[in-house]
Amino acid sequence: MSNEPLIFEHSRPGRVNRAQSAHLGGNLDGIPESLRRKQPPRLPEVSELDAVRHYTRLSQKNFSIDTHFYPLGSCTMKYNPRACNTLASLPGFLGQHPLSAERDSQGILACLWDLQEMLKEVTGMTAVSLTPMAGAQGEFAGVAMIRAYHDARGDNARTEILVPDAAHGTNPATATMCGYKVREIPTDTHGDIDIEALMAAVGPQTAGIMLTNPSTLGVFERRIHEIARIVHEAGGLLYYDGANLNAILGKVKPGDMDFDVIHMNLHKTFSTPHGGGGPGAGPVGVSERLQPFMPIPVVGRDDSGAFRWLDERDLPQTIGRLSAHMGNTGILLRAYIYALMLGREGMVRIADYATLNANYLMARLRDAGFDMALPERRATHEFILTLKHQAREPGVTAMDFAKRLLDYGFHAPTTYFPLIIPECLLIEPTETESKQTLDAFVEAMAAIQAEAEKDIETLKGAPYSLPVRRLDDVKAARKLDLRWQAEA
Amino acid sequence: MPFIPHTEDDTRAMLATCGVDSIEDLFDEIPPELRADALDGIPAGRDELAVSRLLHARAAENAQPLCFSGAGAYEHHIPAAVWEITTRGEYYSAYTPYQAEASQGTLQLLYEFQTMMAELTAMEVANASLYDGATALAEAVLMAVRANRKSKARRIFMPRTVHPRYRDVMQTIVRHQGITLELLDYNSAGGHIDPASLPAEPGDITALVIPQPNFFGVLEDADALTDWAHTHGALVIGVVNPTAMAVITPPGEWGVLDENRGADIVCGEGQPLGIPLASGGPYFGFMCCKQKIVRQMPGRIIGATVDLEGKRGYVLTLQAREQHIRRSKATSNICTNQGLMTTAATIYMTVMGPTGLERVARQCHANTRALVQRLGETDGVETLFDRPGFHERVLRLPRPAGEVLAELAERSILGGVDLAADYPELGHALLVCATETRSEADIDAYAKALAEVLG
Ligand SMILES: Cc1ncc(COP(=O)(O)O)c(C=O)c1O
Repeated sequence: MSNEPLIFEHSRPGRVNRAQSAHLGGNLDGIPESLRRKQPPRLPEVSELDAVRHYTRLSQKNFSIDTHFYPLGSCTMKYNPRACNTLASLPGFLGQHPLSAERDSQGILACLWDLQEMLKEVTGMTAVSLTPMAGAQGEFAGVAMIRAYHDARGDNARTEILVPDAAHGTNPATATMCGYKVREIPTDTHGDIDIEALMAAVGPQTAGIMLTNPSTLGVFERRIHEIARIVHEAGGLLYYDGANLNAILGKVKPGDMDFDVIHMNLHKTFSTPHGGGGPGAGPVGVSERLQPFMPIPVVGRDDSGAFRWLDERDLPQTIGRLSAHMGNTGILLRAYIYALMLGREGMVRIADYATLNANYLMARLRDAGFDMALPERRATHEFILTLKHQAREPGVTAMDFAKRLLDYGFHAPTTYFPLIIPECLLIEPTETESKQTLDAFVEAMAAIQAEAEKDIETLKGAPYSLPVRRLDDVKAARKLDLRWQAEA
Repeated sequence: MPFIPHTEDDTRAMLATCGVDSIEDLFDEIPPELRADALDGIPAGRDELAVSRLLHARAAENAQPLCFSGAGAYEHHIPAAVWEITTRGEYYSAYTPYQAEASQGTLQLLYEFQTMMAELTAMEVANASLYDGATALAEAVLMAVRANRKSKARRIFMPRTVHPRYRDVMQTIVRHQGITLELLDYNSAGGHIDPASLPAEPGDITALVIPQPNFFGVLEDADALTDWAHTHGALVIGVVNPTAMAVITPPGEWGVLDENRGADIVCGEGQPLGIPLASGGPYFGFMCCKQKIVRQMPGRIIGATVDLEGKRGYVLTLQAREQHIRRSKATSNICTNQGLMTTAATIYMTVMGPTGLERVARQCHANTRALVQRLGETDGVETLFDRPGFHERVLRLPRPAGEVLAELAERSILGGVDLAADYPELGHALLVCATETRSEADIDAYAKALAEVLG
């Protein structure tokens, strides 16, 4: 593929898109010279066609769900139904100012109310706040609520949050942001939390534990009740990282597992787009004891049935606001539309077929000779393959496999996460992929294994067919080049 | 089955490969006592047509009066090309560009975005986005605490002219880290922070926040404030409106003292750059800084590099700052950001160009001046604050603004934002705004309606 220059390199002084601004202008009366900008910013000066062509060409350099199988573990890259985007983009939704009167916002409030109710049902929690803008912000809300709960009881001795060593990086980072020390809990050889280590770690200093279930190892934490009991008995609360909810939708409710708070990644389970990095939505569900501390605003309903925003007047013990307005409303709307189309049977089917696809793909790859990290366990919606043998002999790494997969037209699975499994690929096919796609992926993996056995250089040099060959990350970090500079 | 492609034959064959009789068998590691009852509280599934009907009806229940409200979310015209391109599946349905070679489109676009934000603010570098303007400011405060190694006090000077909801969010986010936010009151005549009112010997301060324009639409004396902060060893955090940057002095040029010129960290709400109002989100927060403190910046950053053959390409860089590498010692817990919104903003800035953006800014300014003048013709309506402003203004009404707004709403006018709860000392104050999307006739309609309501 040819190199696409930077948009700045397409720029020509004096080129102006009159269609967008011909009639606009005005003087800057009232703003003294001393406050005015002297040099205009060097934004590109291009035609509308230049802009459209450039950004269309750039888009063609991306892999995406719409163009490629994208089995990125922990990320739930399932098809994003187009109806969700089309309907969330109706002018009646897009044109609404966030500070519109409640009376004028009943349409959007009704949608958000319905979504709150559905998420309550799915999680088995007492109440839901939709406001967190991604998983990590949901985690922040959850741990901040745990802290507010202990503080409200005058229990100030709790300074630690327990986090399994397999946890996503946002878990420990969140605990730190909430002012806690992080204590890691090891995983046993079967992929479950090491209960002995947990018992040794809990105590009066334990504020809570952050658990992901199914865990980031792609297995169900079987002794969850015992873990809940141990932590609760020590006076700690339980945080549920619900990023992997896709595997258990309608099968298990976190509320039934005695969790106090959960966040969901709607940009995973509820299929809102990842957009090349975001936006997401990370609503939190809470148990009764954390309900007073929920982040605001929350959608409520008055006696007449009209919807309204609940704020600090309704929830005086709230942990507060997490965004200037009410979070990523447009993403919540997409999740709502998706949930309506699925309905109750459709939700359970997601868990069914996500699990079937993962177990099928795991079985096929095992039959093709690959090693699973936890061979005796069932896969949930994802599973981990380890290339530690291949890394030793013939000497190809998970990274090499990942890059070569790109040449075969597949996005790579998640690599090197969780950190505790060497040379791992975390593979999550999702329910929206067909058997035929999964079979093609297995063939590609087998072909790459055969290449590796013949000549490892084939893999070391991959990818070959993409816009660029393998990129030098080390150089990028050493010799920082974070922006284009006009030539002097 | 909605969004599940399996035929019965497929399912049967797949189960056989797994060595089980039914899908249910695949859940046998879940303790039976945990199995949930049916999801009775969820309605039955509906097809696209039925859902479309419902959503059209709901959208119609949102009334959309003529908008004269701003307060951090502005109705601007968005060129059609912006969202036509942004919603291409290759952008819309891609993940975070961790596999750089398969994500050069998103990565190059973000590198261009970082350049544009740095240009707009006259700063050296930018990141690839944070959640929104409010969280960007909270992250900027946390960053300042890390970056200002000389200061031990964790003490931030926070003007009351910063958006009240931003201050709320900041409280929520930074309160657990022993940081004090000291409020600075504004000058009641100017509606700005009077540099002369700042203490001569403030002691150890970590950073001073400067909003430009501030929440009242008033332009702060950013030069004097910046010099004051730097003289006292504090970093300067600018929180700016990107549209305003086209015409007013950008934070990279604040201050007249040669040494240490410009704000150190700049953040803000990116919504004015091509993002629809959409009831408050998704928008995006942006952040820029001086290159020497870039290792303290939160969020994803894209850098240019070369491939095996020496060809230019782009990657996520300085990842050792981030949660997936540094875990509990990361600069922030942020992971997913607002990628698609920055895609739209990049295309918006490209289509508008420097000239288009400046024309938008000038038109907004002119429209707001015209609006303030027309509304001021009504008896009992006065303009507060005599300092220069941009794009937004505070008026004082003879009656509570909440009441007046309710009556304007009956005339299909969203007449601004009531300041009574946040600034009770201002009396019946109303914050108004007219962007380039308001016509003379719109302004006329508002003026007539206000005269009726107050008449
Ligand atoms: C297990 C797990 N927890 C938390 C997160 C964080 O979610 P987000 O990226 O939306 O902040 C992720 C996703 O990246 C995840 O996979």
